[in-house]
Amino acid sequence: MFKNFFPNKILSLTNKTINSLIILLILVVVIGLTYSLLLSPPDYIQGDAVRIMYVHVPSSFIALGCFGFIGMSSICNLVFKIKFMPLLAKSLAPIGCIFSLISIVSGSFWGKPTWGVWWVWDARLTSMAILFLFYVSYILTWKFIDNFERANKISSIIGIVGLFNLPVIKYSVDWWNTLHQPSSITLTSAPSIHYTMLVPLVIMFFGMILYSLIIFLMRYKTEVIKFKLDKRKNYK
Amino acid sequence: MLSKKVKSRIFFLAVSLISVAIVIFIVLRSLEENVVYFFSPSEIYNKTDISFDKKIRIGGLVKTNSINKNETSINFIITDLKKEILVSYNGLVPNLFSEGKGVVAEGKLKDKKYFVADKILAKHDENYMPPEVSKALE
Repeated sequence: MFKNFFPNKILSLTNKTINSLIILLILVVVIGLTYSLLLSPPDYIQGDAVRIMYVHVPSSFIALGCFGFIGMSSICNLVFKIKFMPLLAKSLAPIGCIFSLISIVSGSFWGKPTWGVWWVWDARLTSMAILFLFYVSYILTWKFIDNFERANKISSIIGIVGLFNLPVIKYSVDWWNTLHQPSSITLTSAPSIHYTMLVPLVIMFFGMILYSLIIFLMRYKTEVIKFKLDKRKNYK
Repeated sequence: MLSKKVKSRIFFLAVSLISVAIVIFIVLRSLEENVVYFFSPSEIYNKTDISFDKKIRIGGLVKTNSINKNETSINFIITDLKKEILVSYNGLVPNLFSEGKGVVAEGKLKDKKYFVADKILAKHDENYMPPEVSKALE
């Protein structure tokens, strides 16, 4: 399956594949939203305000996961100098950036009716804001530096340094006193979310993954084509 | 298996990553007080360098049967099940503020046992369930 990410394979990505994925996406999102907004129960404390969780939690996971990929590919890039790694990361970055913004905005809308404030500078929220800034600086590096190798080096450094932020985000609610509550879904214990709420959460997560995949595939193909064209231009 | 060039790059990268990690660790350690969003009543009790003019935050649970509303203010006790602090607040509390649930109060300490808040935030925990399930658990 990894072979599909090699530059030459992505060029054979067809509109047909993308369109089928989009149809699947619409299906999943419609089911997910219906479940989240209508069929799932209100929370015993938060009432209907809990429904924001179905947007907020998956987008946070994806924002973190995308940067994990970007960080890993930055390491591969600097160590092994595999040429398509920066293109992979470049295609992922806008997706992660948008989802981190969605996480912050949806979180604010969730915080106001529950906590009583739009924003606090506690460890979790601050580290998420820092993640957003890392995304923005990563994307701008590629936008504003014309030389590919230079942009590559600087963005890889941003990716790697930003990697350290990820465990801080994840464990901020455990290491320090924060307003944000501890994780409900962990690798080590059972989820503290009732299954009637966990199911729509997973569906929405799957939908957002699909969306990210579609955007990523289209972007990656574009990046590879651009890269090959630039290479040809530079040899003239 | 790995060429010399790759090995030296890995080494260089590892060294710089470890130094970045150490720097971040040191920064977070020295910012400790500011990274912590609130103090628990026990932490206040044990704290030696309290300034009674600085704005701080105290968090914990609202002690059951401790909420006292009168015309001007609302008084309640924040507890972390070990130590307690009495809090007094003028104004509207958030919807989720209730007994037995989490709260963060921002304001100034009058003394180690008494806190005057100018802002109250409700804190909720990580459990999510429908009302019927929570009734069944009680």
